[in-house]
Amino acid sequence: MEDGVESLSSNAYPTFLSKQSRIKRPIKSTQKGRMTSDRIFKFATATVSSTILLILAAMIIELYTQSKLSINVFGLGFIWGTVWDPAITQVFGALPLIYGTLVTSALALLFGVPLSLGTAIVLSEIAPSRFRSPVSFIVELLAAIPSVIYGLWAIFTLAPFLRDYIYPILQNTLGFLPIFQGPIYGLGVLSGGIVLAIMIIPTVSAVSRDVLFAVPDSQREAAQALGATKWETTRIVLSYGRSGIIGSIILGLGRAVGETMAITMVIGNRFDIFTSLFAPGYTMAAVIANEFTEATFDLYLSALIEVGLILFIVAMGVNVLARLIVWRSLRMVRGVVFE
Amino acid sequence: MISRNSGFRKTENRIMQGLCVTALAITLIPLLSILTSVLVNGASVIDYAFLTELPRAVGESGGGIANAIQGTLILLGLAILFGVPVGTIAGVYLSEYQETKLAWIVRFTSDILTEFPSIVIGIFAYTVIVLYFRSFSAIAGSVALAVIIIPIVTRTTEEVVRLVPNSLREAGIALGLPRWKTITRIVIPAARSGIVTGIMLSVARAAGETAPLLLTAFNSFYGFSGLLKPIASLPLYIFIFSISPFPDWRAKAWGAAMVLILMILGLSIMIRFATRGRYQKR
Repeated sequence: MEDGVESLSSNAYPTFLSKQSRIKRPIKSTQKGRMTSDRIFKFATATVSSTILLILAAMIIELYTQSKLSINVFGLGFIWGTVWDPAITQVFGALPLIYGTLVTSALALLFGVPLSLGTAIVLSEIAPSRFRSPVSFIVELLAAIPSVIYGLWAIFTLAPFLRDYIYPILQNTLGFLPIFQGPIYGLGVLSGGIVLAIMIIPTVSAVSRDVLFAVPDSQREAAQALGATKWETTRIVLSYGRSGIIGSIILGLGRAVGETMAITMVIGNRFDIFTSLFAPGYTMAAVIANEFTEATFDLYLSALIEVGLILFIVAMGVNVLARLIVWRSLRMVRGVVFE
Repeated sequence: MISRNSGFRKTENRIMQGLCVTALAITLIPLLSILTSVLVNGASVIDYAFLTELPRAVGESGGGIANAIQGTLILLGLAILFGVPVGTIAGVYLSEYQETKLAWIVRFTSDILTEFPSIVIGIFAYTVIVLYFRSFSAIAGSVALAVIIIPIVTRTTEEVVRLVPNSLREAGIALGLPRWKTITRIVIPAARSGIVTGIMLSVARAAGETAPLLLTAFNSFYGFSGLLKPIASLPLYIFIFSISPFPDWRAKAWGAAMVLILMILGLSIMIRFATRGRYQKR
């Protein structure tokens, strides 16, 4: 860790104390009491901090042990099984759930990412500086609204609007595509994707705004000195912060994959591998929310927890990847380790 | 880029900037729509009786959300009790011993936990606490919320404690204080208001969580009846009433949504004013 980046960070951040603690101090022997109390303090706070690691570890262990029953019965076939029948045959397969999660998340990125990037560009490059802070705050209010209220709004305001005005137009113009065929219910996969898109905007736009903010002004000045227009300058800034922006998109993906209440209320909850986006579907998070408290026998509960385990693994992978990318790019761009 | 003439470039510049501003405008439409829907539909339901009565059976008119408000406050109170000590201490550790390996790992873990699907946290609290006590309970719900609160408090505490100028730490050392006394008597008091803001932020987030409560607190149509018993809460009330087939219940879901959103937006706006100075410095 003793590379150039690290030493830059020491200058940017006051690590006077931490530096000192690394050096073996000659006064140690004369101030033994003080050193002991300091060591106890450090040890105690470190122990409390480790609770966070413990929570994550316990989560992994619990999810694994509780889903063991289902893993033993169905093996890997659980992932591509297409039957979910708790009533008669008691066979469980998660493919339609995984498929539904993938499709809704992809739709969320498709609609959400362009809007988020546009917003981030306005906030960091275009808007006059006195508007930036209040507008950022308003966009971030979207993140403060609880998921269940998104669901409520989607059921009674958004879905009827889409059903009556937008979907008929889509079907009339693009109805030759299989994804726009079939009856329109209002609630369904496309509506779910749109709600998810709205919900990931605050995350993606806030993180990519931070990344763009962190791009040094020298880049903008250089572009403008060469006669670049505002948009050409913005493109240069975007390419400079590219990896951080990709990280922010992956963070948004993580949100979309794990989002539960709104999608449960909107997607229609039908266990099916759909072709039409107007049709109802199901996601991993939604099936847990709907059926968990109604799981009447051990295998059923275990299968639901295994769905949770898959969700955990996907979310963990996505988030670790996103964090590493965002951290690295902020560090590279700014020359500091953390914000 | 060289071959393009300046007319094209100017037009492109204008169009692309226009598209970006349009994106921002489109982003704000859902926010406005959600707020107006909740206010318009909610305001017609809310009156004194709605806020102070228990829910009534289907078909009976009247009834309110007193138990849900009470439940939400109890759950949040307990979650603060469980989560805030851990979060603040861990945050102080991350800031004051930021060079250690453990700090790096804890920081990374809490960043991941912050973005974690809350339903998975619900499953965790279910397997650990609900299965142990063999009952859905207020305790299980508040533990799930605490797990949501902890990483947020940790990271915000770390950030504000880091903002405390080093000269204060040096002053403590110069007075001959041991490091732990410098931290607890000088650094933490200097960052106190920021730490409180972080706690409020985490509470605003936890107040709207529904999925983990579904698996742990379960909901109840009565007032608080013990820590090891199921408990009502505003988000669950909204969920259950909004997917019910009764128009009267759906209207009540909007009323509860308005109460919840006013609580959360109130907190968010308070946080905003408390941190305004810091934002402007950036």
